[in-house]
Order: sequence, then structure tokens, then C-alpha cells
Amino acid sequence: MSEATIPPGTQAPVFYETDEHHHDAGGSTMLGFWLYLMSDCLIFAMLFAAYGVFGSSYAGGPQPHEIFELPLVALNTSMLLLSSITYGFAMLSMNDGNVKATQGWLAITGLFGLAFLGIELYEFSNLIAEGAGPQRSAFLSSFFTLVGTHGLHVTFGIIWLVTLMVQVGRKGLIAANQRRLQCLSLFWHFLDVIWIGVFTFVYLLGVLR
Amino acid sequence: MSAHDTHDHAHDNAHGHGHSSGEAHGTRRDYVIGFVLSVILTAIPFGLVMSGVIADARITAGICMAFALVQIVVHMIYFLHMNSKSENGWTLMALIFTVIIVAICLAGSMWVMYHMNANMMPGMTGGDMGAM
Repeated sequence: MSEATIPPGTQAPVFYETDEHHHDAGGSTMLGFWLYLMSDCLIFAMLFAAYGVFGSSYAGGPQPHEIFELPLVALNTSMLLLSSITYGFAMLSMNDGNVKATQGWLAITGLFGLAFLGIELYEFSNLIAEGAGPQRSAFLSSFFTLVGTHGLHVTFGIIWLVTLMVQVGRKGLIAANQRRLQCLSLFWHFLDVIWIGVFTFVYLLGVLR
Repeated sequence: MSAHDTHDHAHDNAHGHGHSSGEAHGTRRDYVIGFVLSVILTAIPFGLVMSGVIADARITAGICMAFALVQIVVHMIYFLHMNSKSENGWTLMALIFTVIIVAICLAGSMWVMYHMNANMMPGMTGGDMGAM
């Protein structure tokens, strides 16, 4: 019978595997997320380049050393740095399988993030009240765009963090939640890396100029 | 059946390997070392600029940038757990690619726009050129 199904004169049949290989769910998520972060890095690179080009176009308006308050920026930086290590502790608790500790550290991380945002908004509102808003000069436009985009990232990071706290509370530290927490870990630490560039190139070098 | 078994076994091995190559598993020691280094590397530039110890602003700026670069590397290693083995080296490859692109974009933008500014005819300059 089998001879009848293969027409005579043809070569040995070639079989293709139509079913996909088994992959673990999310097996490539971490690499994919890393690639997203790298593309996000390019967004910030462009904003840094814009700031680098426009950074000294004051249009007769205020200059960096007149409007930047370094003590405030130092406080802001410490908030973000502290949130980084508390997120690290959340990850360690996650590896231990401790739900309560994970959520506790996540909550502390979120509070530090909120403190960072609060200080940044306070700084922005002060600047705008002084007449140093984004429409004042190209320098201030690029400053608000760069620092504002970073702040927006932190905002979405906090929303993501709260979402994950709820998910961990409902489903526990299942594999999917662990993967999500690892992605947020990369995101959160990445924002801290961007902030190093911001406080150095925008604030410190701006005040020195 | 035996083929299936070996496949599963190979897969487990591969997974186990990927797991141990350290995707996002830092130890408490890693985080604490990274944090302490970051605090030091942040505090020194802020201290230098705020106190104005070094009279020459250019030297201070250079030191600040050097500290920032070192701190970025510290964050990469201790917080983002970068190493040459994670995801078979693809994360590192992506990072190197990105760094090259970022360097070209930043250096290129600054260079081109600086010369555009410098070569503007005096009559064409806007109000902001006077402030430069």
C-alpha cells in the first residue's frame, strides 16, 4: 500500500516538521526586553544630542547656573539610587520565594520613585513660576524634554510596579510574575543609568558652564 | 520515545545552563557593593561642583564625566548584571551596538551643529547667537 502513495520515479520524500519546537513561555522575553531598552537608550541619546546642541542657546533667558539648585538635584539622585537598591532587595526576596518581603520592598521602591517624581515636579513648577518654562529658550525646551521624558519613564515604571504588586498579591510568585519582575528590574535600573547621564551632563556640567 | 526523552533532557540542560549563566540573579553582596560604589561615585562629583574646590571648571567637568562613565559601568555590572555570557552574549552584543550608534549620533550631532553655528553668516544669526 505504501508504494501506491509515492509516485514512482520520485526521490525519497522529505519531511518537514510543521509543529513548532517546544519553548518555555517567555524563554526569549529577557533578550527581547533588553533590545527594547537599547532602543529606548537611542531615544535618550537623541534627546541628549538635542540638549547638547541647544544647551547654550539661552535666547537672552536664564542660564543653567542661575536656575539649577544642586542640593535639590542631589536629593533627587539619592531617591533614585535608594529605589534602585530597594528594588534589588525585592528581587532577592523574590528569589527566596518570600511574597510578603517582595511586596514590601516593591512598595518602598514605589515610594522612593514617587518622592523622586514629587521633587522633580516641584523643581519644574518652580522653574515655570520663575518664567523659565520650556517656551523661554531652546536650552529650556531641550532641558524640559530630556528631563521630562525621563520623569515620564519613571511614572510608567511606578504604574507597572503597582500593577505587579497586585498581580503578585493575587497569583503569588509564579514563573510569569517572576519574569515580569525581572523585566521591571531591568527597566528600573536602566532609568537610574539614564539619570547618571542627566545629573552629570545637564546639572553638574550646566552649573559649571 | 527515546528521542523525545533525549530532547527533553537536552532542553533541560540548556535551560539549566541559561539559568546559571546569570540573567538577573544578583546576590545581596552584589547589590550592596553596587550601591556603595554608586553613592561614592555620585557624592564626589556633586561635592566637587558644589564646593568649587577645583578652580578650573574644565578639569572639574572632566572629572565629573569620568565619574559618570565609571558609575554607568558599575550599574551595568552590579544592578543590570551584565556579563559576556548572559543570553549567549547577545545582550552584550546589543549593548556594544547601541553604544557605537549612540557615540556616532552624539559626536556627529555636536560636531555638525557646532560647525553650522560657527559658519553662520553674521547677518543670519538669531538673537540667541549673541548670548553664546
